[in-house]
Amino acid sequence: MAAAWQKEEPEVQEILQRYPQRRSAIMPLLHLAQERRGGYLAPEDLEAVGEVLGLTVAEVESVASFYALYHRKPVGRYVLTVCANLSCHLSGARELVRHLQQRLGVEPGQTTRDGLFTLEVTPECLAACDQAPAVQVNGYYLHRVTPRRADELVEALRQGRSPQELAQRSQLPPPVGEVHADGAGGL
Amino acid sequence: MGQAAFEPVLTAGIGRLELENIEVYESRGGYQALRKALRSMTPAEVQKEVTDSGLRGRGGAGFPTGRKWGFLPNDGRPRYLVCNADESEPGTFKDRLLIERNPHLVVEGVLLAAYAIGAARAFIYLRGEFRQGYEILSRALEQARRRGYVGERILGSDFSVEVVIHRGAGAYICGEETGLLNSLEGRRGEPRLKPPFPASVGLYGMPTVVNNVETLACVPFIVARGARWFASIGPEKSPGPKIFSVSGRVRRPGNYELPLGIPLRELLWEHAGGPLPGRRFKAVQPGGGSSPLLVPEQLDVPMDFDSVARVGSMLGSGGVIVLDDRDCVVEAARILTEFYAHESCGQCTPCREGLHWLARILARLESGGGRPEDLEVLRSTPPFIAGRTICPLADAGVGFLRSSLQHFPEEYQAHVQHGRCTREAKTA
Repeated sequence: MAAAWQKEEPEVQEILQRYPQRRSAIMPLLHLAQERRGGYLAPEDLEAVGEVLGLTVAEVESVASFYALYHRKPVGRYVLTVCANLSCHLSGARELVRHLQQRLGVEPGQTTRDGLFTLEVTPECLAACDQAPAVQVNGYYLHRVTPRRADELVEALRQGRSPQELAQRSQLPPPVGEVHADGAGGL
Repeated sequence: MGQAAFEPVLTAGIGRLELENIEVYESRGGYQALRKALRSMTPAEVQKEVTDSGLRGRGGAGFPTGRKWGFLPNDGRPRYLVCNADESEPGTFKDRLLIERNPHLVVEGVLLAAYAIGAARAFIYLRGEFRQGYEILSRALEQARRRGYVGERILGSDFSVEVVIHRGAGAYICGEETGLLNSLEGRRGEPRLKPPFPASVGLYGMPTVVNNVETLACVPFIVARGARWFASIGPEKSPGPKIFSVSGRVRRPGNYELPLGIPLRELLWEHAGGPLPGRRFKAVQPGGGSSPLLVPEQLDVPMDFDSVARVGSMLGSGGVIVLDDRDCVVEAARILTEFYAHESCGQCTPCREGLHWLARILARLESGGGRPEDLEVLRSTPPFIAGRTICPLADAGVGFLRSSLQHFPEEYQAHVQHGRCTREAKTA
């Protein structure tokens, strides 16, 4: 297998320019490789980073393994990450995880047989506590994900809608008496 | 105090206006503070204005921003500004709001701070999970560059600065400033021993200032409206607007921009709508997952750095998490302790081993296998964890546990005696 990018590429060169010291480019180069490879890093990608930056594979590995968002094994086309920290827990994150496990037929950390969905449960707060329970799909936010909304989400993704078009942004609470514009109305 | 006339500034227009569009931002006076500074103020004057404003860091520690800037040695070495946009404190979602909905304010704050300290380059260390935020902030930065606000000889002045967004990759500890700097240098995000402080030995060993997103977002207003305006908002020693993130068991969770010093009770009742129907508040974390809990009798505390510290907790990030009478504090302690154990970088034994074991004991209590001696271990272990490590993650990791043992010992007892939570309506 070849690395996900070549060092001559303008995008790689641009990343190298950003920093006074080359080693700082490790993380963006790993992000780029993961993005290109469809969500994970192959051994060749770590080698390529090491080669460009003059580091051993072990050094690159020691950095890559520190950060939770770098996947070392293939993942599904859509990674569903459920926030399990306190505020989301209070709003039903555990029930949501159970529901998604049943619906997708996988345990947290596993990928469906068709390769479409990986279910992740993170102990890290996703900074969407007012919109709990929160889920990210490939890094895009879905707010107030009830089991019913989770079903709609899975269906929409199966039908080919992209996480970008389903994504929600953070917002301020509506004035008293008004209802959230993009609150509970489904997808 | 000027509280009656308080008008939100950091969040003004969010939800009604497309502030991420530079033309909209400019039409509301955006980048005028940058113009003013570059045309009519020296870097020292900007720094003095920020010092005089009394602005204190909004990332959690509450350190005076102007003083932090003043610590940089004048030794000719290149200096760096780092904007800490690694917001990951449980219960905190204010920086994400600014990044996604008011990105130019963040950029303008970064530029002004870079000008004030004479930074050769500025980095925005953005939480890896903020993919949408990265797209939005990158577009904003590109727009600002095209307008001549970023890059060489900004607005025709002698001031040049490049701004680089650096994406994290999932590690709470990188919100700690020295862990962040190691991460930015392409290393594991393990915190460094202090001293030396980043002001003298920071990024690449150079003098460095690390400021939180919300802190920097205050700077354009301080420059545009003056230190006196800022200092007139809220308490004398903790002035200015603050975005409080409220979540958990309230009717209206959300971000509320209010003067520092607002009573917690007022924030929870008048703004966040009070408890859910038929419920009573039980415990409140005033400053994110790291902050010791407060009980209902303490809700009159003014929400500023000094007042919250005086009642034994901390203002922290201003992320307010509310538990009510249906919630089990043992379960909440287990969730938070597991989180901190998971996020321990592993350098220091008390944190790496201690939090892990505490989390296991809490899980045992919760699942019915608790032993009487567990309570003694839960009480006696935290003093051997907190304050005995390189960074404050360990202290954060036992904050809720210690305070919940102090205020709700009977709930822990009940788990040991009955093998379960005896509260009727525990979260399912």
